[in-house]
Amino acid sequence: MMDAIGQPLERADAHLKVTGAARYAAEWDLPGLAYGAVVVSGIARGTVRAIDAKAARRTPGVLAVLTHENAPRLRPLPDKLGKVLLRGEGGMTEARQPLQDAEVYYAGQPLAVVVADTHERARHAATLVGVTYDEQPPELAMTTARRQARPATFLGSPEEKLQVSIGDPAAALAAAPVRLERVYESAVTHHNPIEPLATIAHWEQRDGADFLTLYDTTRFLTGVQQIAAGAFSLPKENVHVICPFVGGAFGSKGWLFAPPLLAALAARMVGRPVKIEWRRQDMFTVAGHRSATRQTLALGATPDGQLTALQHDTQSHASLVSGFAEPCANLSRMLYQVPNLGFTHQVAHLNLPSPSTMRGPGETVGGWALECALDELATELKLDPVALRLKNYAEHNPETGKPWSSKHLRDCYARGQALIGWEKRNPVPRAMREGRYLVGYGMATTMYPAGRNAATARATISADGQALVESATHEIGNGARTIFRQISADGLGLPVARVRFELGDSALPPAPNTGGSVTTATVGPAVLAACRNALRALRQLAVRDAQSPLFGAAEEAIEARAGRLQLRAAPAQGEDYGAILRRARLPAVSAEGSAKPGPEKKQYSFYSFGAVFAQVRVDEATGVIRVARLCGVYDVGRVMNPPTARSQLLGGMTMGLGATLMEETSYDPRTGHPVVRNLADYHVPSLADTPEMSIEFLDNPDPHIGELGARGIGEIGCVGTPAAITNAVFHATGQRLRELPLTPDKLLRAATRA
Amino acid sequence: MMNPANQTQFIDQGLASDPTNRLPVTLTINGQAYPLQLESRVALLDALRENLHLTGTKKGCDHGQCGGCTVHIDGQSALACLTLAVMSEGKAITTIEGLAQGETLHPLQAAFIRHDALQCGYCTPGQLMAASAWLSGQPPRTAAEIQEAMSGNLCRCAAYPNILAAILEAQGA
Repeated sequence: MMDAIGQPLERADAHLKVTGAARYAAEWDLPGLAYGAVVVSGIARGTVRAIDAKAARRTPGVLAVLTHENAPRLRPLPDKLGKVLLRGEGGMTEARQPLQDAEVYYAGQPLAVVVADTHERARHAATLVGVTYDEQPPELAMTTARRQARPATFLGSPEEKLQVSIGDPAAALAAAPVRLERVYESAVTHHNPIEPLATIAHWEQRDGADFLTLYDTTRFLTGVQQIAAGAFSLPKENVHVICPFVGGAFGSKGWLFAPPLLAALAARMVGRPVKIEWRRQDMFTVAGHRSATRQTLALGATPDGQLTALQHDTQSHASLVSGFAEPCANLSRMLYQVPNLGFTHQVAHLNLPSPSTMRGPGETVGGWALECALDELATELKLDPVALRLKNYAEHNPETGKPWSSKHLRDCYARGQALIGWEKRNPVPRAMREGRYLVGYGMATTMYPAGRNAATARATISADGQALVESATHEIGNGARTIFRQISADGLGLPVARVRFELGDSALPPAPNTGGSVTTATVGPAVLAACRNALRALRQLAVRDAQSPLFGAAEEAIEARAGRLQLRAAPAQGEDYGAILRRARLPAVSAEGSAKPGPEKKQYSFYSFGAVFAQVRVDEATGVIRVARLCGVYDVGRVMNPPTARSQLLGGMTMGLGATLMEETSYDPRTGHPVVRNLADYHVPSLADTPEMSIEFLDNPDPHIGELGARGIGEIGCVGTPAAITNAVFHATGQRLRELPLTPDKLLRAATRA
Repeated sequence: MMNPANQTQFIDQGLASDPTNRLPVTLTINGQAYPLQLESRVALLDALRENLHLTGTKKGCDHGQCGGCTVHIDGQSALACLTLAVMSEGKAITTIEGLAQGETLHPLQAAFIRHDALQCGYCTPGQLMAASAWLSGQPPRTAAEIQEAMSGNLCRCAAYPNILAAILEAQGA
C-alpha cells in the first residue's frame, strides 16, 4: 500500500524545531558536567617542544589540562571501517588519534584540552596555556609539494577507480578535428553547518566495566561507536552514542573521530562528564573541507559535435595525515558516450587541515569543470549547449557498459528549457540587457550515483493501536524522521498519525552512516521488512486464536488496512490490531527486519539525473554577479515526500550557488593559518542571495533499486548548479571565468583583459 | 533582585571590574524571574543554555554573525552571544521557548511548519525570533524587504524560499 508514501506531509519533528525543544548534541544536561576548551596549534609544521600549563592549572575551577604527555593512550584507528578505507592514500579520514604525540601537521591542530567547571573558566584558562615549538617551514603549495600521490581508488572501493584509461585518449585527442583543453580551478570550501561540532562524553561503571556514553553531533552513530570502542579497548556494546538531531552536516560530521575522542579522553581524566563545543573558527580546521582543485579538461570532437575523446586530470590536496582525494571525474566517467576516456587524480600532501567529503564530493567541482568545458565546446562549434549534450547522450554507462537502471535525462533537459524560457533567449553572448545589467542564461547536466547499503529496523505495534518504528539512522535535516514515518505507516497499514519513527541512538537496530544520498534506499526497505515481520507476528496470533474472526484463515488471505487485519476477499471479516493483542494479553508485538542490496548493481548502473538552468544578472561596473533564477528538473526515482524533497534540492542548489559565487577559505601562504575563519569572512548564501527557484521531479520510480523505487536527493542539487551559473555568466558577458568562486575581482580582471 | 542602581553600586565597589567575580543577577525570561549567581563575563547566550538549560536559543558562531542566538530584549531583537547576562537584568527577555502562547503556536511558527521553512532546525529559533520582533506591530513588508531584513540569520540548509513564503503568509495573519 502506498497511502502515506508520496504525500506532502508536514515534517514530523517540525513542532519540536519551531519551539526550541529539539535537543542537539551540546544541549544535554548531565549532573556534574564540566567544560573542555581546546588549545590549538599556532604553527603549521613542527614538533611541540613544551606545553606550559602551570598558569592554566592554577586558575580557579580548572580540573585538568590534557596534553600529549598526560592524556590516556588510545589504540590507533583501524585501516578500514566496514568496506571504507579510512587510512592511507585515497582513504576517508584523518588517520591520527588526538593528543598521542608531539607532531604538528597543520595550524589549528588540537594540542591540549583545558577542563573546568564552567564554560568561561575553561575558555579563559585555555588562553593561558603556553606552547613552544620546534618549527619547520610548512609545505603549502599544491603544485610544488614534495609528497604527491596517485591513489588507485576512492576510499578503497574497487568500483571507484581514480586512474583510468579506456581506448586511447591521447591518440584520439591528437587526431580530433576539434580540440579543446582548459584548466579549471576551485577554492577550498567549508561545510559550515550552523551547529558547530559538539560532544558530551560520560564515563560510568556498569556491571563493573567501563561504559562510555557520547552525545555527539554525528551522522554516523555506529562509526563513532566502533571507533571509540576500538580506541579505548572496549566491547562495542559498552559505547552508547546518542544524537537525535544533527544541526546540519553537508558532508561533515560523518567521519570525524578526533572530536568525540577528545571529549572522551577529557571525561576519563577528570571523572566527570565533559562537554567540548567547538568554536566557529575551529570549524575551519577540525571539521573537514572540500579541497581546492586544479583540473585539466581536454575534449576532442568532430565538427558536428560528436565527442571522440575526454581526458580529465585532477590535482587536489590532503593533509600529511590523510589521503582523501577529491574524485573529480565522477561525471566525466559516465555522463557522455565517448569512446576514448581517461582520468587521473593526484593528491598533494600539505600542511593544511585534513579534507573530507563535502556535498557532492568530486561531483560538485568536477562536474563544474566538465560541464563548463562542454559549454565552451558548444560555443566553439556554434551548437546549442543542450543539443551538444543530446548529441552525446549516453544510452548506457560508457565506463562499465552496463545499462542504466532508469534514465529520463532527455525529459529533464526539455522541461528545464521550458521552465527557464531557453528558446526565447538570444543565444549570442553579451546580447541581452536589463537596464544596467547584462543578462545571461546557462545550463548544465547534473547527476548523482544512487546506491543502497544494508540496514535494520524494528517495528512495534501496541495494544492501543499505536506503533513505533526505530532504526539507528540520522536526522540531519534530510527529513528522515518524516519519510520513514510515512514508509512505516504504509508498511504497517496504519494512518501516519498513529505511527512514530525514532532514530539517532546507537542502541537501536543498526543503520549505516547518513551520506552518499543513499539513506531512503537503504533504511526504507529495512523499515518495510520490520513492519512486515511485525504484521506477520500479529497475523499468526489472529489465525491461531479461536475467538478471532480470522481464526484458521490462510495467512496469505489476510491483508492489513487502516489498522485492521482482514480477509482480502471479505474485508468486513477482520479486526483491529489492538483487539488481537488485548485478547492475547500482550502489550505489544515487536519484530526486527533487515534489508541489503541484491545483485542489481551487477546488472545495472544506478544514477539520478537532472538538468539545471540558470539566469544571471551581471553588473559590469562592480563585477557583481546575481543569480536571478534557478530551475532544476530532477529524475531521482520515486519521491517520498514532495515538500521535504524539494527542500533538500533547494538547499543543494543554494549550496552550489554559494560555491560558485562566494564561498572560499584561503590560507596564509607562509604560515598556513586560515585567514578566513568566521561567518563574516566566509560568505554562505543568505536570504538576499537566494534567487527565484523552481524545482520539479519527474517522479519515475526506479524499477531496480528496490521496491520503494527511490534513489537519492541529498547531493544532486549541489551538482550542476555551479556550471549552469558559470555558463550563464559567459552568456551574459562573453567572459569565460574558470576559477571558483566567481568573485567580482575576477570578472573585473577578465573585463579589463578583454 | 538587582536594579540598575545596584549595578552601579557593584561597579563602584569594583566587583564588576573583575570578570571572575560572581554577581547576583536576576533574569526575567518569558515572564519568569530566574535568580542566578553569574560571573560578569557570562554572555546571555551561555546563561540561557548552560545555567538555565533554555537551549532553544542556539550557538552557531558566538560572534554575532549567524543570528542563531536571536532573542527579544524588551521587544527588540538582540543577539544573546553579544549581550552580557548582567546587562540584561531588569529587562524582559523572550526566547523561543516563550514565543508560543501556551499550546498555541505563534503565527510564524505555524507558517514555518506549513511551508517547510526548516530542515535541520538549528537556525530556526533565531529565524523565528528575528522575524517576530521585526514584524511585530508593523504593516506588512514586501518580499524584497523581508529578504534584506532576514539576511542576518543564516540557514545553511538554505530553506530560504520557504522562510520567505512563511513570513509573507504569517504577516498577513
